[in-house]
Amino acid sequence: MNARTDTPTERRIILRHADDPNYSNRIQCYLREGGYETLKKAFSMKPEEVGEEVLKSGVRGRGGAGFPAGMKWKFLDRKSGKPIYLICNADESEPGTFKDRQIIYKDPHQLIEGMMISAYAIQAKQAFIYVRAEFHEGARILDRAILEAKERGYCGDNVLGSGYGCDIVVHRGAGAYICGEETGLIESLEGKRPNPRIKPPYFPAVLGLYHCPTIVNNVETLCNVRHVIEMGGDAFARIGKPNNTGTRIWCVSGQVMKPGYYEFECGALTLGQMIFEVCGGLRPGRSLKAVIPGGSSAKVLRADERFTGTHKDGTDYDWGLEDVPLDFDGPMAAGSMSGSGGIIVMDDTVDVVEAMANVNAFYAHESCGQCTPCREGSLWMRKITQRMCSGEARPEDPDLLLSIARQIEGRTICAFGEAAAWPTQSFVSKFKEEFVRKSSASPEPRNEKSPQLI
Amino acid sequence: MIEELKLSSETLSKIDEVIPKYPEKRSAALMVIHLVQDELGAISDLACEWIARRLELQPINVKELVTFYPMLREKPWARNHVRVCRTLPCALRGSYATCRTFERMLGVKEGHVRDDGEYSLEFMECLADCGQGPVVIFDEKTYENVEGERAERFAELLIEGKLRDSDEFISYEDGLSK
Amino acid sequence: MIAPEHKPTDLIAVNLNGAEVEVPEGINVVEAAALHGSEVPHYCYHPKLSVAGNCRMCLVEMGTPIRDRSSGELILEEDGSPKIGWVPKPVIGCATTVTPGMHIRTESPLVSECREGIMEFLLVNHPLDCPICDQAGECSLQEFATDYGRGYSRYVERKNVKPKRTRLGPRVTLDDERCILCSRCIRFCQEVAKDDVLGFVDRGSFSTLTCFPGKELSNNYSLNTVDLCPVGALTSTDFRFKMRVWFLKETPGICTESSAGCNTLVSSREGVVQRITPRRNDRVNDAWMTDSGRELYKAVKSENRILRPSVNGMDHTMDGAIAQAVELLAGRKIGVVASCRSTVEEQFLVKRLADCLSAKVFLRGHFGADDGILLSSDRTPNLRGALAVDLFDLYPSDHLKDLNEDLAAGNLDGLLVMGEDLVDAGVSEVNLAKAPVVFLGAHHNGTSRSAAVVLPGLSVFEKAGSFINRSFFLQGFESAVPGPVGLRPEWKTLSSIFESISGESLALNDLRSLWELISEDGDSVLAGIKFSDLAGKSFQINGERWSHLPFVERQALHFEPLSSEP
Repeated sequence: MNARTDTPTERRIILRHADDPNYSNRIQCYLREGGYETLKKAFSMKPEEVGEEVLKSGVRGRGGAGFPAGMKWKFLDRKSGKPIYLICNADESEPGTFKDRQIIYKDPHQLIEGMMISAYAIQAKQAFIYVRAEFHEGARILDRAILEAKERGYCGDNVLGSGYGCDIVVHRGAGAYICGEETGLIESLEGKRPNPRIKPPYFPAVLGLYHCPTIVNNVETLCNVRHVIEMGGDAFARIGKPNNTGTRIWCVSGQVMKPGYYEFECGALTLGQMIFEVCGGLRPGRSLKAVIPGGSSAKVLRADERFTGTHKDGTDYDWGLEDVPLDFDGPMAAGSMSGSGGIIVMDDTVDVVEAMANVNAFYAHESCGQCTPCREGSLWMRKITQRMCSGEARPEDPDLLLSIARQIEGRTICAFGEAAAWPTQSFVSKFKEEFVRKSSASPEPRNEKSPQLI
Repeated sequence: MIEELKLSSETLSKIDEVIPKYPEKRSAALMVIHLVQDELGAISDLACEWIARRLELQPINVKELVTFYPMLREKPWARNHVRVCRTLPCALRGSYATCRTFERMLGVKEGHVRDDGEYSLEFMECLADCGQGPVVIFDEKTYENVEGERAERFAELLIEGKLRDSDEFISYEDGLSK
Repeated sequence: MIAPEHKPTDLIAVNLNGAEVEVPEGINVVEAAALHGSEVPHYCYHPKLSVAGNCRMCLVEMGTPIRDRSSGELILEEDGSPKIGWVPKPVIGCATTVTPGMHIRTESPLVSECREGIMEFLLVNHPLDCPICDQAGECSLQEFATDYGRGYSRYVERKNVKPKRTRLGPRVTLDDERCILCSRCIRFCQEVAKDDVLGFVDRGSFSTLTCFPGKELSNNYSLNTVDLCPVGALTSTDFRFKMRVWFLKETPGICTESSAGCNTLVSSREGVVQRITPRRNDRVNDAWMTDSGRELYKAVKSENRILRPSVNGMDHTMDGAIAQAVELLAGRKIGVVASCRSTVEEQFLVKRLADCLSAKVFLRGHFGADDGILLSSDRTPNLRGALAVDLFDLYPSDHLKDLNEDLAAGNLDGLLVMGEDLVDAGVSEVNLAKAPVVFLGAHHNGTSRSAAVVLPGLSVFEKAGSFINRSFFLQGFESAVPGPVGLRPEWKTLSSIFESISGESLALNDLRSLWELISEDGDSVLAGIKFSDLAGKSFQINGERWSHLPFVERQALHFEPLSSEP
């Protein structure tokens, strides 16, 4: 990395061994590097003490919503007497995100250790890893790793001779984005169509898998649990920034010179530093047009817009896109979200209407179809943007798109409604002139350097 | 009444192994469907009925799944099935062109199977390897940066049957052990 | 529609559109608003099915009083009213249970906007083919589009294409383009009919309702899916294109198929019954009935209908035939064959007549398999009516062995038969020929064809009356269509025969005056009941005194068998 001296350096905790040529996904490597020592430490604590450390660490969910993991565990219904389940959400499918893949393929034991610690903390009866079906080899790697861990007593019956046991079952999805939604995932794991459940009453911590209390955590989150216990909740909380603790794996894709995955302490760098320093900037002669900071569901940020407001602590901020801090709260303050950490970069060759059409096609394809606004709205938006890209745009289309998105947002069973609506709302409102221009009598000819997006 | 599905003893024993892993039989549905599809290439109506009986479900419960999930099939893909990622990050790096190249060179439209059953092509949604797009999956292996001339070369090697042994394309999976 | 019963103590106070109102605890916002005259439009929600929450039409605004976190005390506004924390997003009324102090807005700019949006979405891929759609007139899509929609469409794209006019089963036709994917039919088949045959295939906007290839929706409750379908997707193959529903007159009826006593609506036009649909009764049949029960109206026009009185096979006047009947019955050793298919009123008069003739009473039962839902093994609507009017005190059998023996032994020299077929019940034709028969009924059978006197009755759709179902609910029904010209209801014929034989006047003008007679016996379980109590209602009778009888019904929907064990 030819970084300038002021470029923040990566702090790899989760991905410590990801690109180490002398490291493999076998248990020998993991044990050599101190693997499963933290599990022993956790088992020397009471389950609720483990939960307390996680709560103290402030570690927030890495799957998209950023909800504090320790708090999520607190919601578990422990009075019902029903078995408790732990599910690892490894259905990584938010466009722009490829961090869980690195963990699963390159360091699966870290996940298994994190899961076993978490399972012990919540006293889960059984654990599942719901892995997307496109990770063919990933599922095999996980299966083998679980077997290796079982042989050594780190998983399965009577873990570390403690009397506590928990098996981990690897369950493969079959190519449906909606299975990343935790209640859709639960339905899928129950062998049903993955239609997300209505909340209330189906909060997983109370009525989850088989209507039993269930915790669903993302791969990266569960790995973080391992490090929280290793270093202690307070020490973990000192990494990053208050309310944005630990590191995050940022996945950069799109039109930068060095796309890839990068792990930094939360808030250690800005979006601008990430794009122009860490990722080597744009292709020669190109300028930045827009960035989606948290996976394709996140609202797009326009290169030349300003983000102003007041932080919770009362200080004001006035940022350009490059100033947005990369943590949980930064992209949120810019009106978007850090989501799953997928940063999609678009340069000036991009036709944003086509980009919009591409994203709309994704959401129309992935809508489960259960509830009306998302089912009909996502396909309608796809049809409109596709038509606009085929030379048949109408002047009223941009406002119609905004109206449709507004009719979806906040009215659906699950957050997929927002995921489908936010891209349209942000693309159309921030690049309205380009949408309007599509319908002019003499639209500009297509830039031959534009990548085809639809 | 229902014809018996012809499955290898290996698949049958895998099915026997996977079902008891779940607290409820129905949960094993996707895994059993995968196992059957891995052997037969697709889940026919007969297969739906067989799986439903095995899991004490109604056939419609299985059909509902097979038609919901894009990776589950009612009709098989070709012997050589190529998946190209369509979603924004890959598209920004040329996946549409890659898909068109494959269409031209493999002689099959995306979403279709070539008449001789040799090739089929699928333009899929996000494969979660966005940093190295365009991403292509062939034979359960993930190939990265399959773009422009590399896409043509990829198709050539594929057609010649030399992709697997080629140093020009090392899959994400094979790269792990190197 | 019968609202669920609630004790007054179950009431809680909520604020509905600014007004403080009381509603029963535990109900949802859709029902709570309905109780106070506010319609919350909905498609997927059905009070008798699990909550799916998928249509999103019932979005409302909801808030709850804010409490201080430490003290738990309500936080108050300046005017002293509790401060309300409104949920930022609209919530679905169907899945929101009322809680004390809850604030609900079913009328607000946001709610109107939500409804307009959902209506628009539901219609973008809908064919808008109301002029040729059989649901028109009873279509929620049509109604809510009018009441809550924008009145215009902004959709110019191509609509999705889906299968049309699919035969989903022997009685149900499916148009997938009209389906709004509310899943009511699927939930019904899973939860009520216990026949999991329907499902959605494909996904997103392309999701399509279907049966598995080679299977069909053929269970005996399939037509309930037609009633449940809020749009024109599922239609009755029998009723399809017969009639615009707005021409139909609806009359409350009771299904006579079995002792379940499903409450029905009999729809007719110009004196002809067109269809039968279930009428909601949460203590009897919820909102369901069998398909087979819906077919029964076809008996009104059946070929074996008795249209004219006859004596010894020759047509006769009604009064003349009654006089012949009186002559045959009076002063002889008579056997009366009563029926569990007669109404309570008819059974009461049969009892009076039998007493006056000192006749021996026989009662025939009809039995079949019990489906554990709404088709019970007692295939008559009113076995318990015969018990209640003291016509019979044993449990009837489907075999009239005693009667056959009495006839063989020459113990009887005349029979009054209430519509039953004796041959079919094991009475030999030889024995039957030994005693002249007076037959009173609506349909011919093996017994009527050889009867000396045949007195026509009316079908259940042509008369009013009441039945007592398996749970001892006395349920009244009204006359839906007029009977054939010149025919009269059985109670009038029976009362004429009784008056002629006894010389006593019953002075019956109508069923109201008949009920004054029925209910005057203070020892009867029917004591004190007025005819006006019965119309379209269910009246619980105490059946304990018959708990020793071997009732055959199995446990079923809203039915627990009386224990016959001591």
